[in-house]
Amino acid sequence: MNTSLNYAYYPGCSSTGTSIEYDMSSRAVCAALDIKLTDVPDWNCCGSTPAHTVDHSLSSALSARNLDQVSSMGLDSCITPCPSCLANLKTASHRMEDKAFRDKVNNLLEKPANTNISTKSVLQILVEDYGIENIRKRVVKPLNGLVVGAYYGCILNRPPHLMQFDDREHPMAMDNIMEALGATVVPFPLKVECCGASFGIPRKDVVMRLSGKLLDTAEAIGAQALVTACPLCQMNLDMRQNQINHANGSHHNMPIFYFTQLLGLALGLTEKELGMNKLCVSPRTLLDAMANGENLKEKAA
Amino acid sequence: MKVININSSYNSDFVKQVEEESGQKLNLCYQCGKCTAGCPYTDEYDISVSQIMRLAQAGQKEKVLQANSLWLCATCESCTARCPNEIDVARIMDVLRHMARREGHGGTGRVKTFWDSFLSSVKSNGRVFEVGLLVNYISHTGRFWTDIGLGPKVLPKGKIHFKPTEMQGKKEVAKIFMRFKEESAK
Repeated sequence: MNTSLNYAYYPGCSSTGTSIEYDMSSRAVCAALDIKLTDVPDWNCCGSTPAHTVDHSLSSALSARNLDQVSSMGLDSCITPCPSCLANLKTASHRMEDKAFRDKVNNLLEKPANTNISTKSVLQILVEDYGIENIRKRVVKPLNGLVVGAYYGCILNRPPHLMQFDDREHPMAMDNIMEALGATVVPFPLKVECCGASFGIPRKDVVMRLSGKLLDTAEAIGAQALVTACPLCQMNLDMRQNQINHANGSHHNMPIFYFTQLLGLALGLTEKELGMNKLCVSPRTLLDAMANGENLKEKAA
Repeated sequence: MKVININSSYNSDFVKQVEEESGQKLNLCYQCGKCTAGCPYTDEYDISVSQIMRLAQAGQKEKVLQANSLWLCATCESCTARCPNEIDVARIMDVLRHMARREGHGGTGRVKTFWDSFLSSVKSNGRVFEVGLLVNYISHTGRFWTDIGLGPKVLPKGKIHFKPTEMQGKKEVAKIFMRFKEESAK
């Protein structure tokens, strides 16, 4: 099996706060699968959306400092759980192949950065480098009876020319992982529709509408839970689920997992290691029923 | 329908600048409207994204740069992913925002204030400090009740920290912002 997988790991700012359970479960899953992660030393924020709305050289300078840190580790591949960090790191590497742009960015930095680094998401290396069949072999506690929908969000696969992963409209990576773990996967029609992104604070009404539509649809197709791969998607659907119910007159009580949390459970890791207690919408009933081997579908009916 | 006299208001420098900064050819857009059809934010826009593309082709600088839509685009990349002519529409929206900022526009909403608060947090701490960001945003908008209701649900989860995480190179990060400011002033 792949025992030689070795990456620099860029956690991103939300992993120290609102998406701590994504970071915990990503690290725990990689450790369980013998994938070696080494933290990028003294990493800084990638600037996320706000930086690229101000200027592309500013945004790339913030990412370039991180890529240069990766290069100083003697590694040429880096992974991150967060799609927004991923998009910025990849954009910087890609655009800095152009000399004029590279000079402009290096001008903002302490020293010229080596940005010739391949950056991928945790999801992408699990699917492409480790392999779903190898994951299937490691399952000790199958997620039998769980009916789940996979929600990818908008920028994990897009823009396609940059992200180079999975399908731009109908990605399957998480669906396939969940199926390998023994869950029943319902095809989620809004896989790549936006959740409202970072507008939760300045334009909450927009998030209530867009994320509300996602929850309504998930419930309508019979999903008991959604799995996500993005801190912002997860936060809007989980932390803001009460607000959404209040704004829209809905009554959702749907656990929103990071895919790494469910993957970890199936690999036999503990709920504590996977940060299950950090989720705002409690998955308790669902997890207990799964552990007791109850048929969740019948229970829901 | 509004009629615009293109002969008198066509700004060719604007068209050239948008194309240069975005690396995209504006005249590839044939107004199929697919970007607008898939745009999750179009209900909030004052000018839809396909209309912005048309106005940009027609060199309508003031109208484009004053659009509120620029500050409501979340860069979800639906337009870019679906354009039949492979125009990176989201990148054009991004570049239009840069130009709008330089001209002193920022829309009428609070999104720009939020983005500015975010970057001010990165500039001070090297990383985003979520509580600091919220306090900064509230101090600029006066919206002290923003998300106050989340407190009881989120605080016990131990996810919210009241001190920024320490990073050694935070001065290096602050310098990136300072150099950018100097470069922009040139």
